[in-house]
Amino acid sequence: MAHGYERHDCEVLVIGAGGAGLRAAIEASAAGARTAVVMKSLLGKAHTVMAEGGMAAALAHVDDRDSWKVHFADTMRGGQYLNQWRMAEIHAKEAPERVRELEAWGALFDRTADGRILQRNFGGHRYPRLAHVGDRTGLEMIRTLQDHGVHQGIDFHMETTAFRLLKDGERIAGALCYERERGRFVVFRARAVVLATGGIGRAYRITSNSWEYTGDGHALAYHAGASLMDMEFVQFHPTGMVWPPSVRGVLVTEGVRGEGGVLRNRDGHRFMFDDIPENYRNQTATDPDEGWRYVIGDKNARRPPELLTRDHVARCINREIKAGRGSPHGGVYLDIAWIREKLGDAAREHIRRKLPSMYHQFKQLAGIDITVEPMEVGPTVHYIMGGVRVDPETQMSDVPGLFAAGEVAAGLHGANRLGGNSLSDLLVFGRRAGLYAAQYARSVSDPTLDEDDIQRAAAEALAPFERDGGENPYALQRELQDLMQDLVGIVRTEAELLRALEGIARLRERARNVSVGGNREYNPGWHTALDLEPLLTVSEAITRAALERKESRGGHFRDDYPNKDPQYGAFNLVVRKAADGTMQLERRPLAPMPEELTRIIEEQK
Amino acid sequence: MTAHPTRRVTLRIWRGDRNDGRFVDYVADVDEGMVVLDAVHLVQATQAPDLAVRWNCKAGKCGSCSAEVNGMPRLMCMTRIDQLPADEPITVEPMAAFPLVRDLVTDVRWNYEVKKKIRPFRPRKPDAADGTWRMDQEDVDRVQEFRKCIECFLCQNVCHVLRDHDKHAEFIGPRFFVYAAALEMHPLDTEDRLADLRHRDGIGYCNITKCCTVVCPEHITITDNAIIPLKERVADRFYDPIRRALRVLFGD
Amino acid sequence: MSEAAGAPRRLRVFLETRRTDSWWAFQLFTLLVLTAFVAYATQRVFVDAHYEWGPYLSPFYSPVLFGDSRHALFGPKPEWWPSWAPFSPALLILAIPAGFRFTCYYYRGAYYKAFWADPPACAVGEPGLRGRRFRGEHRWPLILQNVHRYFLYLSVVVVGFLAYDVYLATQFEDGFGIGVGTVLFAVNIVLIAGYTFGCHSMRHLLGGRRDVLPKSAIGRACYQGCSRLNRRHMLFAWLSLFTVWSCDVYVRLLSMGVIRDIRIL
Repeated sequence: MAHGYERHDCEVLVIGAGGAGLRAAIEASAAGARTAVVMKSLLGKAHTVMAEGGMAAALAHVDDRDSWKVHFADTMRGGQYLNQWRMAEIHAKEAPERVRELEAWGALFDRTADGRILQRNFGGHRYPRLAHVGDRTGLEMIRTLQDHGVHQGIDFHMETTAFRLLKDGERIAGALCYERERGRFVVFRARAVVLATGGIGRAYRITSNSWEYTGDGHALAYHAGASLMDMEFVQFHPTGMVWPPSVRGVLVTEGVRGEGGVLRNRDGHRFMFDDIPENYRNQTATDPDEGWRYVIGDKNARRPPELLTRDHVARCINREIKAGRGSPHGGVYLDIAWIREKLGDAAREHIRRKLPSMYHQFKQLAGIDITVEPMEVGPTVHYIMGGVRVDPETQMSDVPGLFAAGEVAAGLHGANRLGGNSLSDLLVFGRRAGLYAAQYARSVSDPTLDEDDIQRAAAEALAPFERDGGENPYALQRELQDLMQDLVGIVRTEAELLRALEGIARLRERARNVSVGGNREYNPGWHTALDLEPLLTVSEAITRAALERKESRGGHFRDDYPNKDPQYGAFNLVVRKAADGTMQLERRPLAPMPEELTRIIEEQK
Repeated sequence: MTAHPTRRVTLRIWRGDRNDGRFVDYVADVDEGMVVLDAVHLVQATQAPDLAVRWNCKAGKCGSCSAEVNGMPRLMCMTRIDQLPADEPITVEPMAAFPLVRDLVTDVRWNYEVKKKIRPFRPRKPDAADGTWRMDQEDVDRVQEFRKCIECFLCQNVCHVLRDHDKHAEFIGPRFFVYAAALEMHPLDTEDRLADLRHRDGIGYCNITKCCTVVCPEHITITDNAIIPLKERVADRFYDPIRRALRVLFGD
Repeated sequence: MSEAAGAPRRLRVFLETRRTDSWWAFQLFTLLVLTAFVAYATQRVFVDAHYEWGPYLSPFYSPVLFGDSRHALFGPKPEWWPSWAPFSPALLILAIPAGFRFTCYYYRGAYYKAFWADPPACAVGEPGLRGRRFRGEHRWPLILQNVHRYFLYLSVVVVGFLAYDVYLATQFEDGFGIGVGTVLFAVNIVLIAGYTFGCHSMRHLLGGRRDVLPKSAIGRACYQGCSRLNRRHMLFAWLSLFTVWSCDVYVRLLSMGVIRDIRIL
């Protein structure tokens, strides 16, 4: 029996409605392309709302020494020079315009005294650079894009999951999706597809990511023949909540440290001063006093070590906890209340004003008043630097007509992403993906859909209903999360990675036997079952790449190879699906950087 | 590490679809600090795999997991179990003001349709040569409060104009008064929505019960800061003869 | 898992709710207090006596426009007042504070719930009879609530008189003094002023009507001060209700000779 489906035709199909997806859709539709957007959640609920700190753009409103060059150099240094330099360049140059554009669409950023957009300090950024709205910048951004987009005639499909990309020969032809609510299939025929599906955090047990982050876009692209790059680089955000257990992993914004928050171990020692990496020594304060002066805007002071890059801070915290110097619930202390010593009674109001949602989050979920008590925090999986390999200018992948932007795309962040570079990434490359997807769509004719492909994919999606008494999808997902957390976590070794590969293979076998009950209407069991495949695919890609990179760099730390190896700094690792269906790994040399950019990096050292 | 005491609770969860439904009791052992959404997930993972619940961030930032817990509209992810009465079953049911999809999931699309009708942001010409604007924090503050809204629609759900009187066709509800207020009070906006608010949006149906403010998980003072100021602006325009005379004589 | 007693999900029956807290307590309080106050005030308004004693003038009667009182602004009860009609100074003036409170945004919400049960409380079932015919303040008659700002303007004048009455309440026959009544009057005027100047219409007038708040120091202070009071509007509404009530009862009892004023200074 043939599976029925509803069919829609469009020119550009955007998968995902976070910052990148919405920005891409707005641009594509403004360029005249008939644009549809599918999203797993309701409109405006995407993971972008969780972004707290701000978006990095060298507006130079707070410190006029800032410029795109400094931002570019900061991004490259943070990424340990594995970034696609052209993307870092485009990003640094275009981010200010994207921020201003958001304001013209109604976003209201916090202001400087002279009425311009205020910028705050963040890890790895030399100058205060993050345009922000308290600690809910992501919400402001997504709401602005959403409200702007709904008046543009974009066709939004809420609670619709993309299950398979469809192709016409080598080029992209659309996607098979299912509506979560009714369980019906929807086929989009599209000349161009933009992936904007975000990350993979749900492959881990402790993560700041929402359920949506199951690596859908990574897996869709991989199976469609695109390459995944830099998959070994998973960012552990240094500060996630650790208590109570049910909120373990929920993000505590870096903005807390940007506003002067300090990290201490059980003994009250400010351990971040103990270990400052060589390449940041010139930019880091030597004592707490200088650090505080930096926080309050002294241009001659250097930043406190709490504002080093996330990979480093996360490892330092991990070290303290492993050494038994952690807090009672297995974290360390993050203290913002101490600024009372400097600001007196005004400190409480200041904290509540600059970090309102952190205040409520701790008050409501942990019963802690962060204006008087320290928080307990520990590393949490937050972001994947790796993703679909794209052309730096157009964001098109190796598959003609398939674009990717935002977290699902690789290249901008290299081995480690700087906080605040994600929101600007979404806007800069979301816009480019939309623009070039529309351009591409204009240049090609309508693709032809292969009915057999559609029927095969639909049958695959429904297979869990056909089985009885098979594996519980929730339990399998949980097992995978435990495995990745324990074996492919913040510190990795060859032996554990090998065990992880075996474990993933076994889970993949069992996943073939997953069964679900009930019917197709809003059935989370079924949805969880279908999320297993992408999760397994990205887990395998992460593990294989991590095995191959026998050094420590950025978000990837190997206990058996604890140092950076220059030889590994010359290439990115790329994963592709081979003709026989196995996962293949190759080393792709970095493109040589033009001399003017090399010079900028030298000047900013 | 301290021990995490577990507690046995009964969750009385609404199960059903458009046609039929009932409360079903589930017993679950919950850890310290768990929220209602955790308990619902526990039930889902171990007892009722097809229990439909909408959620996303689990940190009170996306506004997906709206439901009614012990009769009060709340975000399940921000409702701690240890703050609910210990010895009674915890009732969890879907929002009452919207059509049911299944179990705890309701169809909230009406809200998205309403938003589309509200006139979009239209900024004045840029102030500065670089094409940007200058705004004081103080003026921005007022609107930023409204922009904290996470669109959980709990205010829409609790508002009796929608919940009990089904005025969905004539009344846009607290969420969209907050939205309209954010636009109307935006320092840059030049659009005029007062006539819409009076007629099409039915601001007069609001009888200031403040239930929206009570349930707002973002602590937005919906009634006092958004709806009443809009009512006052509408009164300026339509109900105040002196204002009207002044406007005729001196312009706005 | 087990099935619980099947109750309908939709709570459309009067007073039906699954709330487990004492949601009815505050509504009952509102109902009783406001009923008692309105009953008292209605009776009081027809009493042309016992509204002053020594330096004290009951706030229910202030300002006295006409009447047999040294406080009367325009002399005794006018000739043209029909002989068959009841008369008291309160009858002439009490409409202002009463109207101000009746149309007040806080009281509106409070009595719609407590008296009209519309709704009885948040997320509690309403009497089904209104259904879709509900008009709220969208149409006649409650659209008249928009007159609130005019009561505010008049109330500001009354507040001026009440403030003057506090000064008068220090002028005893033997010169300056402070009695319990003086203190009561002073507290009352502070709360009345807090209530009046925290009014939503006042806030609108002082800045709410503009998209850019006043930039002058005074203008800004006024708006912010009003906003601060507005945040406590409910508190001021209740407390000032009790103090104004207490002031009248106090003066009345003094005048009737039931109690004696205690001089503090």
